[in-house]
Amino acid sequence: MDRPVHRRNYRLTGSNPGPEFAPSDWYKTPLTRRRLKALMRRSDRAGLIHYGLWLAAVAATGTALILSWGTAWAFPAALCYGIFYGSGSESRWHECAHGTFFKTRWLNDLGYHLAAFMTFKNPYLWRWSHARHHTHTLIVGRDPEIAFPRPTRLIGLILNMTSMKEVVKTLRLSIGRLTADERDFLAKTEHAKTVWAARAHLAIHIGIIALALIQQSWLPVMLIGLPALYGSWLHHLLATTQHAGLAENVPDHRLNCRTVIMNPVLRFVYTNMNYHLEHHMYPMVPFHALPALHDAIKTDCPPAYPSTLAALRELLPTLWRQRRDPNHCVMRKLPNGANPTTNPPATIA
Amino acid sequence: MSHWIRACSTDDIEPEDLIRFDYGADSYAIYRSPNDEFFCTAGLCTHEGVHLADGLVMDYLIECPMHNGQFDYRSGEPKRPPACVKLKTYPVKVEHGEVFIDVEVF
Repeated sequence: MDRPVHRRNYRLTGSNPGPEFAPSDWYKTPLTRRRLKALMRRSDRAGLIHYGLWLAAVAATGTALILSWGTAWAFPAALCYGIFYGSGSESRWHECAHGTFFKTRWLNDLGYHLAAFMTFKNPYLWRWSHARHHTHTLIVGRDPEIAFPRPTRLIGLILNMTSMKEVVKTLRLSIGRLTADERDFLAKTEHAKTVWAARAHLAIHIGIIALALIQQSWLPVMLIGLPALYGSWLHHLLATTQHAGLAENVPDHRLNCRTVIMNPVLRFVYTNMNYHLEHHMYPMVPFHALPALHDAIKTDCPPAYPSTLAALRELLPTLWRQRRDPNHCVMRKLPNGANPTTNPPATIA
Repeated sequence: MSHWIRACSTDDIEPEDLIRFDYGADSYAIYRSPNDEFFCTAGLCTHEGVHLADGLVMDYLIECPMHNGQFDYRSGEPKRPPACVKLKTYPVKVEHGEVFIDVEVF
């Protein structure tokens, strides 16, 4: 008879969290101050070109969807529009949340709120949740954004491929309900803003649904709202490579993040987040400088995965095995000559 | 009680930058503004305790290298969440190319 699989408690308010590492415990590949400053330099020009091209792609494919509506061409048009709207906005709210998309603060804030609305992300809740994710990356009971808790649950895998959880969260927040975990990472000053942002998002989506009913057409909701559900799959697929199946409770991003080489189209949709190890080690380096950061530190890091497929080939069997063996994980090996990790991986029951 | 200690030379910090300075059990961040003024704050961000020394100085703002929280390093006032609590500041004087900070001793 199979032994019951022990479920880890990933709640931030649980009784047995993983180790609490101080910020200085986390390993960083040493860089000179001058090099780091150059890498951290923001650029409105790079941000405006990238964000502008993305908005142009959303507008062009949205126009194609409108023009082809009612014909078979609407399917490929919706596929392309959904990817740019639903997947492109996911990585853009993230980069703007770090304040690194643009040099100018109000541009980051504007880009952040627009992309957060498009993804059903609550802009206040996620800013704080994501800060905690960077402080305690993949530390059980401390990181609120562990997407693949162990043991793996298939329903979780499937739900992670859409933004359905965010829709449900928006509904809950709009009636003023915050979970204990959310209260743990969200400053009290942000509670009211979080609730009102959820209500504002909901009001706009209700307006779009009303328009669809009046027009007796699905087109309005296919353009605003639904793309977060039918188009975010590409982002979620790429984002699966970030941490899934890697070691928990280890204060070294070289061991709990993946960097994956991707083609220019995927990198555009994903805003260079394929350089995920680099992003976690130095979160204030903007997306356009991540390839240079990768070159600067790569001899101190495990090799990058040559493709998304290569990363998926490793992580999918790992997630499958973690259904029955939650202690199993991929242990990344540091190359010869790399600095050792500062702390040995901690284990939990 | 006032206690002035030498922290560094003015040349040790580039304009619009900062360095870390440790004294006893405490850690400080010493800034050189774009206008060649010098300032000093506590070294650790009030949000999650990350040292500010790897952060980015932009004009009179210091940005935490981990979470993008920002402070005005002249006053210590938080300017961008998740930084919400004021950063402690310390008096600074420059004499003969040397930067001194006034750390409180009780």
